[in-house]
Amino acid sequence: MKFSSQTKQKIAFMLLGIASTIVIVPVIVIFTILIQKGLPAINWQFLTAMPRMGMRAGGIFPAIMGTLYLVSGTIVVALPLGVLAAIYLVEYARRNFLTRMIEVAIVNLAGVPSVVYGLFGMGLFVIYLKMGVSIVAGALTLAIMILPVIITSAKEALQSVPRSFREASLALGVSKWQTIRYVVLPNALPGILTGTILGISRAAGETAPILFTVAAFYLPRLPKSIFDQCMALPYHLYVLSTQVPNVSPKIQYGTALVLVGMVFLLNLVAVIVRSHIRSRKQW
Amino acid sequence: MLNLLMEKPMLQNATHDVEIKTEKMKISVNGLNAYYGSLQVIKNINLEIMANRATAIIGPSGCGKSTFIRCLNRMHEVIPKAKSDGEVLLDGENIYGGDIDLINLRRRVGMVFQRPNPFPAFTIFDNVASGLKLTGTRDRAFLEDAVERSLVKAALWDEVKDKLNHSGASLSGGQQQRLCIARALAVNPEIILFDEPCSALDPISTGKIEELIHEIKKIYTIVIVTHNMQQAARVSDYTAYFYIGELVEFGETKKIFTNPSKKETEDYITGRFG
Repeated sequence: MKFSSQTKQKIAFMLLGIASTIVIVPVIVIFTILIQKGLPAINWQFLTAMPRMGMRAGGIFPAIMGTLYLVSGTIVVALPLGVLAAIYLVEYARRNFLTRMIEVAIVNLAGVPSVVYGLFGMGLFVIYLKMGVSIVAGALTLAIMILPVIITSAKEALQSVPRSFREASLALGVSKWQTIRYVVLPNALPGILTGTILGISRAAGETAPILFTVAAFYLPRLPKSIFDQCMALPYHLYVLSTQVPNVSPKIQYGTALVLVGMVFLLNLVAVIVRSHIRSRKQW
Repeated sequence: MLNLLMEKPMLQNATHDVEIKTEKMKISVNGLNAYYGSLQVIKNINLEIMANRATAIIGPSGCGKSTFIRCLNRMHEVIPKAKSDGEVLLDGENIYGGDIDLINLRRRVGMVFQRPNPFPAFTIFDNVASGLKLTGTRDRAFLEDAVERSLVKAALWDEVKDKLNHSGASLSGGQQQRLCIARALAVNPEIILFDEPCSALDPISTGKIEELIHEIKKIYTIVIVTHNMQQAARVSDYTAYFYIGELVEFGETKKIFTNPSKKETEDYITGRFG
């Protein structure tokens, strides 16, 4: 059978269209189910009250706050560390065996399963460095997990700043560090924020890394300090779904909806900041 | 003492009023070579650049013109794997010597690039002030004064004086290039290197920049790379013709364009090749 090139083109477009549509379907289904089953659970009390009756009633406030603390702690550690590492690798490091090893290490770090990070965090931070099961230990573990994402995106962002800007600055007698600080970095910021967005999403959503390092099974109060444990949304959701009998599905779906909504909100903030910065630069 | 020895009288306008003009040497290039990796792009260049004169570097694409002037403020080595050797004496001091301060050198030898490259995140004011600001000048009154003087010299002041806090990227291409010239002037250099400054501009903007170069060479020493021969003839006092990394001929622009001593130069400027 022979098709005309017109028909071939139509078939190709159709296949491409189907492939893209299939990608959307699970997203729509997940959101529909979450909203349908979870929305009735959500009210002011659910968001702001402590859990009661072995988590079968009351709210999820400590889990929300716990996740916020963890994400903030993670970003505070991972963002400066990742950006500084990226600056070193892109701007200063010579291409040699050591830098190649560092780059290979970063790629491999990105491929390590999250439960391994959890065990590593428990071994290093909780036990060896005697931080105990705490927000610090959890945030540090999550920070190591998202470092590769931040370093990789920051590197790409720095590399994409046109050489002409660096040259213009260097030719004015501006030192290399000042050039990076005031000319390169501001132009790389949107790309760095993209990596941060991805990092936030991962840090907020992962269960395994916080399992042994910070997450409390049931702690109906807010943490007293960063050396205290706390509840966290993903782990709370896991507990509600598998560890506590007779939890109403409404609460389970409500918790899932809050988790997804929070990640979405955090991303939205970063996206708005990024588009604000982007609107200022034109070339 | 050294400067006195370098000064040499030169005969100009020999047919009309005989006038002895004192030419003072600013830069002396001796045996300069430049490479990208193992590829040699500049071969044993010897050249003298006179103070307060415009020296044009002409030649076909890929002949090493841009590489040559980038060696004069050591911007060539900014490119990965690029290196150079030889001697470039700036007021008698070798800029490839061991104890040279690169930051100081690049403040003395400013540069304007082929494509206008204002900093897009900076305002017009900050673009002009950037060289001073980023090297630590904080005095607001001093900065304002320097910005105004530089923009006036770059013939841009009247067009931008009411929108100094607009983005530098909001200007037209020709204005952007004059902004870049103002930025280079603001750090008060002695020499300004122009790397094909008009190749991305329309004829009117080109005319403005040529006028500007004519004006500022009273204060600065100018080296301009161009592949537009009319431009070289219009703006320069001296012309160097480069071909595949070698200096073919160097002399007064008038002589190069009316009576070149080498056949290759004549072929190039008459458009027989290039």
